Amino acid sequence: MAKYLLKRLAYIIVSLFFIITITFFLMQAAPGGPFASEKKLTPALEEQMNEAYGLNDPLYEQYFNYLVNAFTFDFGPSFKYVGQDVIEIITRSFPYSLILGIESILIALSIGVLLGVIAAVKHNKFGDYTAMVIAVLGISVPSFIMATVLQYIFAIKLGALPVARFESFAHTILPAIALATTPLAFIARLMRSSMLDVLNSDYIKTAKSKGLGQRVVTYKHGLRNAILPVVSYLGPLVVSILTGSFIIESIFGIPGLGSEFVVSVTNRDYTVIMGTTVFFSVLLLVSILLVDLLYGLVDPRIKVAGKGGK
Amino acid sequence: MSKLLEVKDLSIAFDTYGGEVQAVRGVTFDLDEKETLAIVGESGSGKSVTAQSLMRLVPMPPGKFAGGSIVFNEEDLVEKSDKQMEGIRGKDISMIFQDPMTSLNPTMPIGKQISEGLIKHQNMSKKAAHNRGIELLKLVGIPNPERRIDQYPHEYSGGMRQRAMIAIALACNPKILIADEPTTALDVTIQAQILDLMRDVQEETGTAIILITHDLGVVANAANRVAVMYGGKIVETGNVNEIFYNPKHPYTWGLLSSMPKIDGDDEELLAIPGSPPDLADPPKGCPFAARCPYAMKVCENHMPEYTHLSETQQTACWLLDERAPDVEAPESAMVGGTKVHE
Ligand SMILES: Nc1ncnc2c1ncn2[C@@H]1O[C@H](COP(=O)(O)OP(=O)(O)OP(=O)(O)O)[C@@H](O)[C@H]1O
Ligand code: SF4
Ligand SMILES: [Mg+2]
Repeated sequence: MAKYLLKRLAYIIVSLFFIITITFFLMQAAPGGPFASEKKLTPALEEQMNEAYGLNDPLYEQYFNYLVNAFTFDFGPSFKYVGQDVIEIITRSFPYSLILGIESILIALSIGVLLGVIAAVKHNKFGDYTAMVIAVLGISVPSFIMATVLQYIFAIKLGALPVARFESFAHTILPAIALATTPLAFIARLMRSSMLDVLNSDYIKTAKSKGLGQRVVTYKHGLRNAILPVVSYLGPLVVSILTGSFIIESIFGIPGLGSEFVVSVTNRDYTVIMGTTVFFSVLLLVSILLVDLLYGLVDPRIKVAGKGGK
Repeated sequence: MSKLLEVKDLSIAFDTYGGEVQAVRGVTFDLDEKETLAIVGESGSGKSVTAQSLMRLVPMPPGKFAGGSIVFNEEDLVEKSDKQMEGIRGKDISMIFQDPMTSLNPTMPIGKQISEGLIKHQNMSKKAAHNRGIELLKLVGIPNPERRIDQYPHEYSGGMRQRAMIAIALACNPKILIADEPTTALDVTIQAQILDLMRDVQEETGTAIILITHDLGVVANAANRVAVMYGGKIVETGNVNEIFYNPKHPYTWGLLSSMPKIDGDDEELLAIPGSPPDLADPPKGCPFAARCPYAMKVCENHMPEYTHLSETQQTACWLLDERAPDVEAPESAMVGGTKVHE
């Protein structure tokens, strides 16, 4: 187990190294500097700023410094907001994104799995059709339209829920639903087809032949096997929630890391862009590791935890 | 003495897009206590559907009972509700399936898969069921059962999985054990071991066995009686000696001819040419007529009645009609004059 974890951690570090390197040089290659804006700075002033932020050092030195600092989570100061470090921006905004993300993942998983199971158990009946209509809608409607529709119905028409900012639980509901819709629909379809497969499998027949009731057969024997594809989808799910949050946070005016990232891109705030990119990568790599560990728990055939040491 | 199980005129059909498939068409047989009945026939002849219908495991829909009865303990299983059937499955009638690689739940330890039935039918505590599980694994010849019981199916080899399946099926001492091609998916050496095991277990527990197979070779050593199925019907039944040494149905001859001979001439195996009838549009007459070398005019349009050749042997073939020409079983269908047993 420990050996496996160490190996995986090493992987993560190597991947991070590449990610940092690539973002660093991509940023270098991008046209326009951080101080290029509508209001032209005088050449003298721009020179001064470049000097102050170390942009005049030789490239390898900038790269090397950045690399070393990045591994200590020091991404330098923001180019745009004087006096703020990138890491401050991240720690300030990330909690919002974390709450939103976890809430969406929970919604997508619980409702998606539920819909999928209902559809499979009621195969070709009303429940199946209803669940699949919801799923198709969820997949085909983009999240920003979903967000607008939700805002219109629940906030403007019904006045039931707030739309902007992020202060109470009520504020989180609409953005979390909007963010969850597409993955929810995807999970529902995944769960349905995998549950249908499982319910037709031989071991379900074996379970029935023991005299177990329909419920026990479906949930005790079916569910754990049927949920495996959904567990594999957790990695992509995190990605989809992450990228979705860029849009949803902006639409709902949530001061999270997603909207911070969008703002930093429009501002060409290089250090913030790189910092958030690296941070997102760490997040993703760690969640993939967690998903793999989880998969090993659900499926005994996968020997992640090295029981027996094979 | 009354029979343990009496199946009468059982018919099962499936509604499919291509029309109604009549998988089982009026099958009649019975089963005595402690005996082994083999059901033999080619792929698609309706063996599995027949077997699964005895436990009401045929998915309905698309399947449906199109007639007949299955009398067990003086009650017709066809009439039972699903709930009532749950009380019979695994307790009175158990089943072993063909492929041990897929018939065990991959995410549940073997022990738990054995315990479930015990807890359900015998109200055992978890602990007691676990201990009984260890005994059962020992009974089916799994070494080191105390350790093995907590393992998952993927930690077992194919043969061991089938042993575990047998342990699951036997857990509640069923009166009938249905084994649907229990050895087809296994290596030849393992096949023999599993068949031996089933025979031993039968001696020990006294359960009656319905053994389904397409391999007559398996039947010789394992069964008391044989029912030969073709095209959803039983075309010949008899005890093992009758089927091997005095078969009367051309399809049985065909099966015997296609069996490897022990006396070891390397004559070719004679597979029966042609393919089984389309059960979505079953022939009116004898189902074998299209492939039968002895087919007569009458065969095509009229289903032959059973001729009772002895107390135990019945054959449905027009050749046994007094107006039919005399036909002898071909040389290739002779079981070498010697015993088929090893
Ligand atoms: N669920 C189903 N839907 C439609 N047709 C079915 C279904 N199950 C079985 N059948 C049909 O019933 C017929 C008999 O099938 P069955 O499985 O009983 O054959 P078998 O004798 O067991 O063959 P095998 O040796 O291949 O196991 C086949 O023609 C098959 O197509
Ligand atoms: S009834 Fe006719 S076709 Fe059928 S097996 Fe007998 S001889 Fe052949
Ligand atoms: Mg079969």
